[in-house]
Amino acid sequence: MTDLAWMHAALVSARPQAVSALLRYFRNLETAEEAYQEASLRALRTWPEKGPPRDPAAWLIFVGRNIAIDGVRRARRQEPLPPEDQISDQEDAEATAVGKLDDADYRDDILRLLFICCHPDLPATQQIALALRIVSGLTVKEIARAFLVGESAMEQRITRAKARIAQADVPFEAPGAVERAERLGVVAAMIYLIFNEGYSASAGEAPLRAPLCEEAIRLARLLLRVFPSEPEIMGLTALLLLQHARAAARFDKEGQIVLLDDQDRSLWNGKMIAEGLALIDKGLRHRRPGPYQVQAAIAALHARAARPEDTDWAEIDLLYARLEQMQPSPVVTLNRAVAVSKVGGAEAALELIAPLEDKLSGYFYFYGVRGALLMQLGRNDEGRIAFDRAIALAKTTAEAAHIRMHLDRLGKIDAPTC
Amino acid sequence: MLYAILCYDSEDVVCSWSKEKDAEVMTSLGGVLEKVAQQGRLGPVARLMPTTAATTIRKGAEAMVIDGPFAETKEQLLGFYVIDCANLDEAVETAKDLARASGSAGSFELRPLAVFNPIPPTL
Repeated sequence: MTDLAWMHAALVSARPQAVSALLRYFRNLETAEEAYQEASLRALRTWPEKGPPRDPAAWLIFVGRNIAIDGVRRARRQEPLPPEDQISDQEDAEATAVGKLDDADYRDDILRLLFICCHPDLPATQQIALALRIVSGLTVKEIARAFLVGESAMEQRITRAKARIAQADVPFEAPGAVERAERLGVVAAMIYLIFNEGYSASAGEAPLRAPLCEEAIRLARLLLRVFPSEPEIMGLTALLLLQHARAAARFDKEGQIVLLDDQDRSLWNGKMIAEGLALIDKGLRHRRPGPYQVQAAIAALHARAARPEDTDWAEIDLLYARLEQMQPSPVVTLNRAVAVSKVGGAEAALELIAPLEDKLSGYFYFYGVRGALLMQLGRNDEGRIAFDRAIALAKTTAEAAHIRMHLDRLGKIDAPTC
Repeated sequence: MLYAILCYDSEDVVCSWSKEKDAEVMTSLGGVLEKVAQQGRLGPVARLMPTTAATTIRKGAEAMVIDGPFAETKEQLLGFYVIDCANLDEAVETAKDLARASGSAGSFELRPLAVFNPIPPTL
């Protein structure tokens, strides 16, 4: 069973726990990462011979710690490393090491590791790159590909981020309840950001960037496993699963955006939807709603509708109203307008978004929604102006093409009257 | 004699399989099951969702609902039920009824099913 694929998967999945525990021992990210790397190399050599350990993470922590400590001693005394089997052969010691680390330690270790990557001095793109490198263990090449930048540029970005972290104060004492909740919030936001980096990709970029969505889901699951009673983390994980479940239906063969109403729902990933629904169900039972749970509940209503006309828009409208209260933002109101148009008509929706124009004057989606609403009311000239505006603001060719399709339809409606 | 074969593996590892790898493993297992089914020996097959979707009911005078999987290593898996529930609330209620009826200590772990084949297609 100790084949290469198994070992690779075991090393990848043990990584967050191992690196975060090593970070607690050495209080230095560079040392912790190197110790993990060394321990992984040793694992690849010794596991095939001796069989895989019962707990790969504990093995890596123990061996990594020994290697790093020996490294310090060796540097001090210029002595050679002890023989391989003295470092790696410690089956009994491994069990003791695990015993000392209870679940609470692991939990705060992993949270700390993720939290360090969210340091407020780092711009969002550096936070994400750092988390993907250090926590997920993606190679610089993989991260560079996902960010659509060159490898050396990404290498620089990560090096710079690490240098800043090295200078910053890293909190090593166990966090209090309030601090822990705050950190959890910051880390959740970072995971959502990683997801959106992948999710906002155009059709052409999607194959390269989809791994970001998958990685975000993996990190959300990791967080949920160490904080199993946090309804917002259940909500976040559910939200990511429910959104990612639609990935295969979001673009057509030409790479054009397909709106939710027009998507082929048979392409949705039923397994991810089922898991997302189970998680949001579990979260809502806590009666402690938060923005992630509400957004997941909205996504769940879409996922539950077998056909677009089965969508419970009235409930979605209520949920958006709830989200507006929790997290007032013009973008949330804009999203709500779509639900309002389905429930109360386009006129009511236009009224709702009218005051948003100042704040959203640079936002493609605002003019797209406005154009579509005006079109529904037969105000085609105004609709065309809004769509032209949207095209000018579009960031991807798929966005622009999508609006042009609406304009084409306008043209057809107009034709007889010309 | 009917035997249940319970699957244990690292969830982390299995969850990080690619879709292709997952499908490959399932096809490979399916090949074995198909033979068993042809002999008329296959019963229900289920795949559980990850433990992050689990809820545990601790039996007692007042049953306690805990998020997360069953973690007590001093107790052993003794049996299971598959029950159709509208939502987690209903599943919890059913588990609480069972807890009251059983009268002993221990726990029930609720795990939503990802896959369930009650009757093998080849039977």
